Amino acid sequence: MTPAKKAKKKIEEKIFIPQEKLNEVLERLSKHFRVWVPVLSSSSNGWTVEFRPFTIESEPFFTRQSTMPPKSVILPQGETLFQYEYVKNSDDPSKQDLILKETINAEKTLVFGARPCDVRGFVICDWVFLRGLYLDVYYKSRRENTLFATLVCQDADDACFCSSVGGGPGDMEGSDIRITSTSEGFVLEGLNDRAKEVISLCECDPPSEEQSRDAQRIQEEAKNRIIGSLDVSGSVEAVKGQFQNMGVWRDIAESCLSCGVCTYVCPTCYCFTITDEIQGLKGERLRSWDSCMFHQYTQEASGHNPRPTKLERYRNRLGHKFCYFPLRYGGVIACCGCGRCIRSCPVSIDIRSAVERVKEVHSNACVCS
Amino acid sequence: MLASAVNPYLPELGRVVEVITETPTIKTFRIVLENTEKMQAFDFRPGQVAQLSVFGVGEATFVINSPPTCKDYLQFSVMRAGEVTQKIHQLVPGDPVGVRGPLGNGFPYEAMQAKNIIFIAGGIGMAPLRTLLLFMLENRKDYGEISLIYGARSPQDLCYRYEIPNWQKKGVDVVLTVDAEAPGWTHRVGFVPTVLSEEAPSPNNRIAIVCGPPIMIKFVLFGLRELGFEDWQIYTTLEKRMKCGIGICGRCNMGEKFVCADGPVFSMEELQGMVPEL
Repeated sequence: MTPAKKAKKKIEEKIFIPQEKLNEVLERLSKHFRVWVPVLSSSSNGWTVEFRPFTIESEPFFTRQSTMPPKSVILPQGETLFQYEYVKNSDDPSKQDLILKETINAEKTLVFGARPCDVRGFVICDWVFLRGLYLDVYYKSRRENTLFATLVCQDADDACFCSSVGGGPGDMEGSDIRITSTSEGFVLEGLNDRAKEVISLCECDPPSEEQSRDAQRIQEEAKNRIIGSLDVSGSVEAVKGQFQNMGVWRDIAESCLSCGVCTYVCPTCYCFTITDEIQGLKGERLRSWDSCMFHQYTQEASGHNPRPTKLERYRNRLGHKFCYFPLRYGGVIACCGCGRCIRSCPVSIDIRSAVERVKEVHSNACVCS
Repeated sequence: MLASAVNPYLPELGRVVEVITETPTIKTFRIVLENTEKMQAFDFRPGQVAQLSVFGVGEATFVINSPPTCKDYLQFSVMRAGEVTQKIHQLVPGDPVGVRGPLGNGFPYEAMQAKNIIFIAGGIGMAPLRTLLLFMLENRKDYGEISLIYGARSPQDLCYRYEIPNWQKKGVDVVLTVDAEAPGWTHRVGFVPTVLSEEAPSPNNRIAIVCGPPIMIKFVLFGLRELGFEDWQIYTTLEKRMKCGIGICGRCNMGEKFVCADGPVFSMEELQGMVPEL
């Protein structure tokens, strides 16, 4: 059901990074990779955890899931697709020529401390950017140049439901290195050949027997833990079957503010817009995150809008994740169960209850008809 | 052929060579790609679209309405409606533009062979049908009777009026109509769906290809069904707001289908299986 093949080639190389040595190791890795780590930042509005490029002042924060996923490492919130410049035509100065310049420049990158759900987000997005009719060269170049060192997740909360959508707290699909956080530090294991370079650059000793045992226990626990209880079976039929039942969509989305935060914090939401910017004779074509929760998203030049209210827009978001995406991409659910949309929604819309509600209404409708 | 086989977002550079004013709000642009080899190799199916760029303003999607055999230029008819089309309307011969395409599926003209064809168009909806019509006229023996019902609000809102006598000469049965009486107008008066009902083409071995404003399509479909046309006999092209044009950006979906990549041409039979989100 999931796209990327499990990393089959297990490299037996393991190292242990003592807690107090972490920054030293990350500093060493930073000389070879652009290293992203989750860091805590607090403001008067509270705290957030975001992935930031590592600097020696960074204080990596691994004890809570990040507020924002590391989505922007592969799909930046804004990026230049290409640059252009109008120049005078040498034969006829009254005319202008145009020069285009491609701007693909992916750096070697390591995301250190992502969660299994975060990485699964990319495994899902790969279907769109790498396996569709056209190859997205910008996404591809960054994807190929990025390694994921993924933390075995030990602190799922009430909003998490990764196990319901094919993942799990110990899921390493799409990851290159497994990090297990123990009381004294971090056990790192390479999961494929790509990991070798990182592991050796760390210049750390193998874990002691006890550290290994600790890590193994944590991994076993994660493997056996079930996070969330949403049953997604039948969601495809339910969304299609209840598409025109606006009553059910009103039940679910009446309180929606169309703020779009659910899409911004979502590791699997990838919709974007393309715009031009120009100053004088030089400009850029940009791509930036967009959100299907916004009114203007589908607004046509004529003024017609196929999704005129928040009900149609929420229906599309839920439908895309649990019906349209699976129909288009071999059954893959476009949700990684990270729970960020639930935690971040200012009016407490819960996508799990929404799916359950559509399914319930659909099954009742089927019984009655 | 995509403009750049490597980077699907990178347009091919071209230049406007001719501008034809069709109506007060519609202009036709003839564009030649700078790279002559790419111009010669630009191959597409009638009904396919391309993204036209004015660098600094943006891109918008238009149907390529020159016939595929024409290697002298690519033709686009553009109705002034938004920011990009406003800028396109200001272009003059010699101005640089970008072309990204061809994109989308095009008409399944092979499946239409040996069939009678009726084109039903309203306003700018004639643009996608023009390419297929010209293609069929170039391959006249492959098709049965070809007829066209074409309507606009007023005589000056009809596109390609200068070409219509030529189509008639090649055996197309053309019925023109406008919404209201106008000085010097000698053709029909009335909405396209009404004229369709009056003309009452037989559904026997006939394919109907419909394009126009949504309200026209809605009533034309009703009329066609009244006449006995079945869904597999009816084709239309859909319009949505598009950005990437290659099924990635996620904007133009109707359920699991993307209008840019899976369309813009759909049979009514296909549309019946899709979520109704027009």
